[in-house]
Amino acid sequence: MNPYADRKYIIIILILISAFLFIVKLFLMQVVDDQYKLSAESNSRRDVIIYPARGLVYDRNGAILVSNQAAYDIMVVPRQMVSMDTAEFCEVLGIEKQDFIERINKAKDYSYYAPSVFMKQVSAEISSVFSEKLFLYQGFYLQSRTLRKYPKNIASHVLGYVGEVNKSIVENSDYYVSGDYIGISGIEKTYEDILRGEKGHKYFLVDVHNRITGQWESGKYDEQALLGTDIILTIDNELQEYGEKLMSAFSGSIVAIEPQTGEILSLVSAPSYPPDLLVGRGLSENFKKLAGDTLNPVFNRAVAASYPPGSTFKIINGLIALEEKVLTPYSEYSCNMGYYYRGIHVGCHSHDSPLDFEGAVQNSCNAYFCNVLRNILEDKKFQRTDSAFSNWKTHVESFGFGNRLGTDVSGELKGFVPSTSYYNRYYGSGHWNFLTVLSLSIGQGELGITPLQMANMSATLANRGHYFVPHLIKAFGNDKKIDPKYKEKHSTTIDSTLFELAVNGMDLVVNGAKGSTARIAKMNDIVICGKTGTAENPFGEDHSIFIAFAPKDDPQIAIAVYVENVGFGASWAAPIASLMIEKYLTKELTRSWLESYILNGPQKIKKEEE
Amino acid sequence: MKRGNILANLDWATVLLYLIMVVLGWLNIYSATFSERSAELFDFSQRHGKQFLWILAAIIIAIAILIIDHKFYDFFAYGFYSLAIILLLLVLIIGKEINGAQSWIIIGGVQIQPSELAKPAVAIALARYLSGYNLKIDQLKTYITAGIIIFTPALLILLQPDTGSALVFFVFILVAFREGFSVSLLLILIALIVLFLLSLIFEKIILLTIILSLGVLILGLITKNYKRVILTILILVGSFLLIFGVNFLSGWGQSMIRIMILSLTVSAFVFLILVFSYRLRKSAFILGFTTIAIFYVFAVDFVFENVLDPYQQRRINIVLGLESDPQGAGYNLAQSKIAIGSGGFFGKGFLNGTQTKLNFVPEQSTDFIFCTVGEEWGFAGSVVVILLFVALLLRLVQLAERQRYKFARIYGYGVFSVLFFHFFVNIAMTIGLFPVVGIPLPFFSYGGSSLWAFTILLFIFLKLDASRMEHIN
Repeated sequence: MNPYADRKYIIIILILISAFLFIVKLFLMQVVDDQYKLSAESNSRRDVIIYPARGLVYDRNGAILVSNQAAYDIMVVPRQMVSMDTAEFCEVLGIEKQDFIERINKAKDYSYYAPSVFMKQVSAEISSVFSEKLFLYQGFYLQSRTLRKYPKNIASHVLGYVGEVNKSIVENSDYYVSGDYIGISGIEKTYEDILRGEKGHKYFLVDVHNRITGQWESGKYDEQALLGTDIILTIDNELQEYGEKLMSAFSGSIVAIEPQTGEILSLVSAPSYPPDLLVGRGLSENFKKLAGDTLNPVFNRAVAASYPPGSTFKIINGLIALEEKVLTPYSEYSCNMGYYYRGIHVGCHSHDSPLDFEGAVQNSCNAYFCNVLRNILEDKKFQRTDSAFSNWKTHVESFGFGNRLGTDVSGELKGFVPSTSYYNRYYGSGHWNFLTVLSLSIGQGELGITPLQMANMSATLANRGHYFVPHLIKAFGNDKKIDPKYKEKHSTTIDSTLFELAVNGMDLVVNGAKGSTARIAKMNDIVICGKTGTAENPFGEDHSIFIAFAPKDDPQIAIAVYVENVGFGASWAAPIASLMIEKYLTKELTRSWLESYILNGPQKIKKEEE
Repeated sequence: MKRGNILANLDWATVLLYLIMVVLGWLNIYSATFSERSAELFDFSQRHGKQFLWILAAIIIAIAILIIDHKFYDFFAYGFYSLAIILLLLVLIIGKEINGAQSWIIIGGVQIQPSELAKPAVAIALARYLSGYNLKIDQLKTYITAGIIIFTPALLILLQPDTGSALVFFVFILVAFREGFSVSLLLILIALIVLFLLSLIFEKIILLTIILSLGVLILGLITKNYKRVILTILILVGSFLLIFGVNFLSGWGQSMIRIMILSLTVSAFVFLILVFSYRLRKSAFILGFTTIAIFYVFAVDFVFENVLDPYQQRRINIVLGLESDPQGAGYNLAQSKIAIGSGGFFGKGFLNGTQTKLNFVPEQSTDFIFCTVGEEWGFAGSVVVILLFVALLLRLVQLAERQRYKFARIYGYGVFSVLFFHFFVNIAMTIGLFPVVGIPLPFFSYGGSSLWAFTILLFIFLKLDASRMEHIN
């Protein structure tokens, strides 16, 4: 016999002990302990997701831009439904019987046992009536949600909107589940993680009558929801509202920045839409309408439209030439209605001639700046046009052109500054010279600059040579610690003392005597410095452009105004900028004639002409 | 008994138990996947429909096994084993990943899980090796070779990674134990590891009870003095009742764990006096071990809480399945316990379970099929299922012991061990006595590969058993 046969008893005992252990444990769980079955039969657990309220959004003065309103989703668990008065049910919710059947079938297709949304975002009024009758409708319950509310109903492009997560977000995230909300554009998108908070879960026991009988596992598995954090924006709501009002007759954009900090005071893209259009159940339908509009109101022109900067760019070219010492402030160039060279002609308007740098800025002389660009690109320091051009590009980019500034306004574009290789590709290396790219001298040609970049240029001039990345965020709740990149000073490659010359020229543009291009923007007691621009546009009338800052010696606001297809910079953009500056600095408006001229817009004038 | 007549020699009791379990399993899978929209019993797009096909295939496999000559299994033991190893290597290269583990091979539309087939392969190879002529069981070489046979597949499965399936192979130590491996060293080692893990998982009260019971059991087995065992139990129970009574009557308000520790201290005193007065060496030894084990349990807790860094604690918890679940530690387990606990004495009735149908319990038709049993058939049904397993396991031990041919006996123990491990770990995890390890309940859980593997395992043994008379000479 096998010497170890006795060991089989140990094995048998092992079996018996295991079985005994199981039976005892099962007896305790199933018969003795009744924590698992508070009401004897068919207890169900209900997972109620606690959606935290999103953080509120304030402007720089503490006015609420975005708040929350309550809404309820009606949930259904098809398996728990019993026969009920469907007609009354439909009446309460204001739906047709057919609609009811379709919704139920959709829920059944999803799951018999798991809850799904029967009806989304029911108003507080309907849901209060519904909740009184809830006991009649077994299988249904209400889940509270919060929707956005816009007390001022302005700044839609800044704020963006909140919508339901799409499938790809759900698949690529371990936080979002189908039905959750997420910031889709604007600061709702940029600061989603801060605004959203954290969802919580509450687990309840529900009896066969759809009543909550208590907490499941005494709340051990509940997860507390974390409220979203409020954020404070740099936007000035009054200035923003005023800007939107001024632009109501136009397409285009206004961006105003506080130069010392880079804080965006107002960011207008016109045409706009009231933000409350994109809330709740109307969202998808309204969005379709907005997206189908030929003027494209959902498009944020302030950061996503790339325009030629026109004559405003002359200042940059002048500064580069001064920095490279290929131009002195006293160099004069004559202008005889334009610039002529080897058969090329760039036209100019009638003004005094010859002019020095300040005068050329004041009069926006094309011929002068053609000479400036020629000096830059034919600089003896550089062997070839290529390298002189690369040097020019480095200077231009130091103003924040041609790259994303890194702002927190969502959807920012880079704009475009052509490179040496860009022209080499077109004309071949060595086969192009300053004449080929002459239009760059007056801010035309391939240049593409966003209104935000233009406003940033204005702030850089106001600061005499440096800027802070324009941004919308001022604080998170009480926490003033924002991203350090917004506190970082970016200096241009131009010596800061040279800026004074440019600023003097810009002073003359508004406040000079004969030849000043934007006297319409002049204010009596505040010195505005500005520069007009009129960008040619192959698709229609010229764009009207104006950059400005004020006051000259202690700039509080720097602004860029871009108005599409309305003609000279001085005609529309300059007065708009001037009104915005007045609104911000004095809080009151003294030039009602100018205001009504803008509010009536070009259409009105045209009509009168006819 | 006639030679060669397979029908006459087959152990029909085992076959019957097998059939009952498979059918019960199928009914529970039907219930677990049941919904009003897929009520058709033979809907082959549903799991219950597919399982029906798997069962038919399993029966065909069983018949084929019974027809093949019994010498085949002995002869091709290593071939079978090599095949399993090749498949395990192959799955690492061309396997399909499901639930984060690369453990499936698809051959002509059929998905197979090589880790399941490795179980019968190891059982048969181990039996072949340990039944070899001239094999000296208590030698280092034997230990190492057996170790390699057992743990090579386990290692390959761990690479998939499928920790649950890899763990199963530890159970072959039981076979080695029955065949006479010296166990004391092994046992102490295993005991320390197991105790470490257990003390993190279980509440102290349960663990103390287990340690004491084992202590008493070993005492009885080694001394073979049943009077002494009874006396020990009396002392333990007596001191417990004494302290408990005092606490209850006086309103002392001590916690259960304190009462137990106090009564243990009292018992230890009594034992100490007895041991010294009667010079009971063996008893002293065992009592010493039991005491050390109890201290060890508390020490583990202390080390875990105070010495390990939080991230180390987390890692251990994740390994133990205490923190693996993204929905919060113990979510699956809690769901499983609710489902079973809500079943009551007689259960909610066939198809009336709500917990298991709300998809609260993940893997409810595979690893957590016992939830459906517990919820719908209640305590009564659960006990029936447990007793069915006990009957099968006891019968397997009985069959193994009656083999005259060593190969058959060792293989029989292999079959027993695998089934026992699955039975124990699966049910223990669903009722919260063991961390959640993803292994199926034999014959009950949904899945072709596991059903076939258990069928192959069992019916090879039944074939060997039916042919045992042919080894008389």
